[in-house]
Amino acid sequence: MENKLFEEKMSVINLGLPSFFESVKDQGAPCVHVDWRPPAGGDVRLIEILDRLRELG
Amino acid sequence: MLKANEIALGRLMAADPVLVDVKPAHEVLEGLTPTTFLHAGPPIAFQDMCPPMQGAVYCALLNEGIARDIDEARRMAADGTITYKPCHEFGAVGPMTGLTTWSMPLWVVEDRATGRRSYANISEGSGVGLRFGEYSQRTLDRLKWMREVAGPVFSQLLHEIGGMDLAPMMAQGLAMGDELHMRNHAGTALFVKNYAWLIARIAGPEAENVLKFIGVGNDQFFLNLAMAANKLAADLADGVPGSTLVTAIARNGVNFGIRISGLPGRWFTAPSPMVKGLYFPGFTEADANPDLGDSAIMEVGGFGGCSMITAPAIVKFLGAASVDVARETTEAMYSITLGEHPRYQIPALNFRGTPCGIDIMKVVETGVTPILNTAIASNRAGVGMVGAGMSTLPIDPFVEALKALAQELGI
Repeated sequence: MENKLFEEKMSVINLGLPSFFESVKDQGAPCVHVDWRPPAGGDVRLIEILDRLRELG
Repeated sequence: MLKANEIALGRLMAADPVLVDVKPAHEVLEGLTPTTFLHAGPPIAFQDMCPPMQGAVYCALLNEGIARDIDEARRMAADGTITYKPCHEFGAVGPMTGLTTWSMPLWVVEDRATGRRSYANISEGSGVGLRFGEYSQRTLDRLKWMREVAGPVFSQLLHEIGGMDLAPMMAQGLAMGDELHMRNHAGTALFVKNYAWLIARIAGPEAENVLKFIGVGNDQFFLNLAMAANKLAADLADGVPGSTLVTAIARNGVNFGIRISGLPGRWFTAPSPMVKGLYFPGFTEADANPDLGDSAIMEVGGFGGCSMITAPAIVKFLGAASVDVARETTEAMYSITLGEHPRYQIPALNFRGTPCGIDIMKVVETGVTPILNTAIASNRAGVGMVGAGMSTLPIDPFVEALKALAQELGI
């Protein structure tokens, strides 16, 4: 099946690095930036603790 | 929400603080001895204390008659005569250095339903004072007057009225523009408005002095009452197994510490942050002590930084650029708290309840830490307040508390 993605006008939701948002915006594409960061700063042990506490209720 | 946090938050919010008495510390603090000195913040040895707290220890040694002069006070402070303990571990709280000793009159606040009690010293009023480490004759004379005159007047007042409901006064204070940590103009004014007539009768020839003591240069008079009320709420919420609710935030001027409900009695500490704010003329950050005092119990209860939008009048006093900072601060605190207090409401947010019950899970998950509105103390004993500002707490103790609770629960 032919991929039409790059032939159509794109609307972009950017998560994470703001520089990606700026690049897309500079090219005139509609784009929104979501200020997202990984929970607990991405610390795997802390994420595990948070998940387990929620499981325990 | 975790079941344990539902229980702890329910107890925090159910607190019904009634100011019932003023009593000497030795009559109400279990385990206090004449040589047990209580201080703000987590545990600290005398030699590690900041200069204002060491000055306050000298003042207390003189005030209690343990030392005859300042030279003897300096020696006794460090030679093992005195045992140093946090106020928090005796059910008490104290602003700034928080020095609380044997003879000092304390506000006694009681929970109407459970009878549990908490305590705070009486705001010393204008000038420097013990709380900033001053040990002048003027400070000693005022402490004596508070012990012999003001304390008994307040005690009789409270007996005659059958106790003072603090929750309605705190709620009204919020509605009148206090956030109850760095702004207590309304709460203090309400105290005078409601009870000046009775103080005038009880105090007799001292009425003028007592009313002047409360009303002139003592804008934070109500803070100590509110602190005891919030200490009561926090202690009621403490000790729920598995709960991640914060039940204490306190600073000794070197370190700050937190405690959580699920691990009662344990402190998790880090160096006290420097406060970002506005300095009084003639002072700079070079004059500032790191964050100091037990008054962060106000944020534990959802006041101060949590409710900052209620007090737009203090935004500039705290060095913030615009009222937007107050709104953003309160909004940020909603992201790390477990609930909204039904009794304490914010008119500017359409009577939304205050953000109440700081949760270490939310702090760790979001990276947003509590913001305290606070005074900036001089880093020298006996100089006093050099500014006011906002203190953003480092995250490390919140992380350590979460790891410790996980270990406790076998996670």
